[in-house]
Amino acid sequence: MKINMVEAINLCLKQEMERDKNIVVMGEDVGVDGGVFRVTDGLYTKFGRDRVIDTPLSESGIIGTAIGMAALGLRSVPEIQFQGFEYNAYHHIVQHAARLRNRTRGALNVPMVIRLPYSGGIKALEHHSESLETVYLHIPGLKLVCPSSPYDAKGLLASSLKDEDPVLYFEPKRLYRAFKEEVPEEHYEIEIGKAHVLKEGNDVTVISWGAMTYISKEAVAEAEKQGISVEHIDLRTLSPCDWEAIHKSVSKTGRCVVVHEAVKTLGFGAEIAARIMEKDFLSLEAPVKRVTAWDITIPYPKTEDYYFPDKKRILKGIIETAKF
Amino acid sequence: MPITQVFEGKVDYMQIIDKDGVVDSKLEPKLPNELLEKMYRFMVLGRIWDKKCLVLQRTGRMYTYAPLEGQEAIAVGSTLATESGDWIFPTYRESFIYHIRGTPLDMINVAWMGMEDGLKIDPSLCCFPIAVPIATQFVHAVGGAYSLRAKGIKSAVLSYGGDGSTSEGDFHDALNFAGVWNSPCVFIVSNNQWAISVPRKWQTKSETIAQKALAYGFKGIQVDGNDVLAVYSAVKEAADNARLGKGPVLIEAITYRMGPHTTADDPKKYRSEEEVAYWRERDPIKRFQIYLQKKGIWNEEYEQKLIADCAKIVEDAVTKAEAYTQDPKDMFKFVFAKMTKDTKEQMDECFGVG
Repeated sequence: MKINMVEAINLCLKQEMERDKNIVVMGEDVGVDGGVFRVTDGLYTKFGRDRVIDTPLSESGIIGTAIGMAALGLRSVPEIQFQGFEYNAYHHIVQHAARLRNRTRGALNVPMVIRLPYSGGIKALEHHSESLETVYLHIPGLKLVCPSSPYDAKGLLASSLKDEDPVLYFEPKRLYRAFKEEVPEEHYEIEIGKAHVLKEGNDVTVISWGAMTYISKEAVAEAEKQGISVEHIDLRTLSPCDWEAIHKSVSKTGRCVVVHEAVKTLGFGAEIAARIMEKDFLSLEAPVKRVTAWDITIPYPKTEDYYFPDKKRILKGIIETAKF
Repeated sequence: MPITQVFEGKVDYMQIIDKDGVVDSKLEPKLPNELLEKMYRFMVLGRIWDKKCLVLQRTGRMYTYAPLEGQEAIAVGSTLATESGDWIFPTYRESFIYHIRGTPLDMINVAWMGMEDGLKIDPSLCCFPIAVPIATQFVHAVGGAYSLRAKGIKSAVLSYGGDGSTSEGDFHDALNFAGVWNSPCVFIVSNNQWAISVPRKWQTKSETIAQKALAYGFKGIQVDGNDVLAVYSAVKEAADNARLGKGPVLIEAITYRMGPHTTADDPKKYRSEEEVAYWRERDPIKRFQIYLQKKGIWNEEYEQKLIADCAKIVEDAVTKAEAYTQDPKDMFKFVFAKMTKDTKEQMDECFGVG
């Protein structure tokens, strides 16, 4: 069936909730309203108020209770309506979700999937365009999954809903309805921790995830037209990260461009560059290039186009790296 | 030992003008006609401006907007009850307050048209920028009030939120701190019945929101939030007392969000037409119009002139805002007091310099 990302996530939630009676969806407006992006549309009618909970308006309350639910037998799937409002809940994610397994030496765990609509480029109000992967990647004990297509969204969510650890499921809202693609109706899983080589090439490796994969594809196609052979890797999951796939590619191309829409300083590109230095220093033909947002507060919508990496900037990064 | 009662509380409800414009003469504040007219003018202007913003958003001339319709009496009544040195910490739904306080209307449009310059409010107007995260302004207000008192300034500090905001920890932190510090704060909860799609009854099991103040050791009162005189009187008394050092008050203003949460929301998905119709009969402007008519202030001619004046103000503010430009480079200029070398380099890279 040909569906967009919202439909893919919705379908997956429906199927997995039928399969596993322990799955409980919760958050602000996820029930009657079906979510402000309609991702949970129809679930309330199908599964009822006990399994699709319209919670009071409190991110801290949502994640705190979701942790308790998960630790004592349910599989909670809390939604934070926009990632920019997650900070209230961060305390619980870091201090407890990430640590309960270790604290109890495995006696308790938190099989919770936090759905986080993230990313900018949709001309939204302040606090609605964040890309905060770094704040979670810095915390041991949290998995982070970030699909870049409807197919990946369904398969990665299915895996996340079977995972025994807390998973942050980043939904690039810029891609929610950006395109449709063929997605199997039946259950399938995409392994957490494995990157996806979207396109093989020999001159430069481009690494991206989520919304930036979509934007990078355009730049990669343009670079190919200009005679640069690009290997494009979509990470799919950032924690655990598929370092092996990065090593395999960069040791072949010797050149790497990382694209992310988070700010430059301590963005995941910094970690990738450092790992490449450690592992592939002798293969490198050029410094690792980062194409990122600037180290400033995300602007209001009128001027946000200057902020996020676009096709032009990514292409420039690829060309500079290829010609270095 | 017998069990003894250790706490007893009560919460009053105040309405001065009912939905049909009938006034309770015992509670009616004896306000000068000039102020009454100002109240009406701002409510009408607020509504016309609000409707225009919706049109602008629907036609791609404004970004996501949070409508005010139905809640004009709270914004207008509370603001006009303050003195110029009182501080106001609004949410996104009360941005019109900036204009009541003296900000040009076109600059509020500039903010909703996606430019930070719109929130560069003249500090002499004593207004905090709107808070998009829920309930955070309440705690900032308590801190602001502490600062004013430390500097010997006897001002009240107003902060606003919706019924949904009372579920956030920050709301409770604010009330707790304000109680302990005896802060000169007036907390105004616009209970408009809906936090996007979640009804008030799913937000809290408390019968009233006002009663939450009792748990923190100070007074909570419920008012008809669609009655501008009730809002005005409650806020005036609370703010006057706050300035005298008598501590904080929580005012729950009962109202209704007539429109969507924001332009991105579709309320038909979660609430009935009947409910909306019930509240339309309780419109804040209509009843005040009847009140003013009985006072001999309002008539049809008065209305037509006022509407024409307001429409012109709104149109002018749109024209001015649409002509407004903000230098994109400014996004780099306000990160720190002094731009760092690294920020400068990134700015140059962004704009293709060097």
